[in-house]
Amino acid sequence: MPEDKITKMVVISDTELPSDMAINAYKVSSDVTIKETCYGLMVTGTRGEVDKVVNEVRKLNPTKIFVKERGFPPGDERRCRANRGGGPRPGFHQLKNEIDMLPDIGKGLILVDRGSKPLDLPEAKNIPVDKFKQIIAEEAEKLGGKSQS
Amino acid sequence: MKIFIYPANSLILSDLVERFGHEPLALMKEIRKKVTDPGLDSPPMNMTPDDAKKGLKYAAIEIPSGVRGRMSLMDPLIEEAQAAIIVEDADYMFGCMGCARTNELIKYTIRSKGVPVLELKYPKNENEAKNFVLLVKEFLDKLVIKVEAPQ
Repeated sequence: MPEDKITKMVVISDTELPSDMAINAYKVSSDVTIKETCYGLMVTGTRGEVDKVVNEVRKLNPTKIFVKERGFPPGDERRCRANRGGGPRPGFHQLKNEIDMLPDIGKGLILVDRGSKPLDLPEAKNIPVDKFKQIIAEEAEKLGGKSQS
Repeated sequence: MKIFIYPANSLILSDLVERFGHEPLALMKEIRKKVTDPGLDSPPMNMTPDDAKKGLKYAAIEIPSGVRGRMSLMDPLIEEAQAAIIVEDADYMFGCMGCARTNELIKYTIRSKGVPVLELKYPKNENEAKNFVLLVKEFLDKLVIKVEAPQ
């Protein structure tokens, strides 16, 4: 039985360019299909070859290159925007949300390399009611109205 | 070790688990099996009425078939899980009642399975994101030590 084909997404955060990633990915193996996208690359092929390519690409800048597997193959009509009359593809909002956070996650990875330990961060507390009422009164006064307190 | 992640399609969790030397049990793996099978029973996603029956393992017959269908998709991941990372309060984790109830059921099932579970909140700023990575790393490192320790 032939080995299953998988697709992995290589997602880059801030300064890297998808075209640089693609050039480096092509150097590693010719047995995979590489698609350049706005967020990075999609690499399709057998699991062994895809893992080899993404591991090599990740080595270029480990704190700014992130990888996850993708269910649908690239260009699949059920996901491709070309056949949907525009709009974001399903999964875009989740990806966008996480891409915004990747620079901070990258900084966390640098701390891991330095051997840092996690801290107990203080939890954000709600503002006291009296303080909140005071702010409302001050703002109301600025606008020339009267607060009801 | 095989680590179940929640949200099951998270890029960050999937990457961190793989990067720190474990295997992420992500939803994409199961989706791929469904959408690349040449089945003609129920195109385009190949979710069949049998999937809703498989979901009876987790939820009674009067529970909507959508919940049971979703649970049948998650079943192999839950079964294989040797540990889990659950992250609450993700901005994008909203949806219909079927999604919401399935998510509750998934979290309950994983917690009651008896495997080590790390529960975190989705990071909202830089410091929380840094701490998030460190906590995930610490958890995954402890798992390895536990497995390698003599009985």
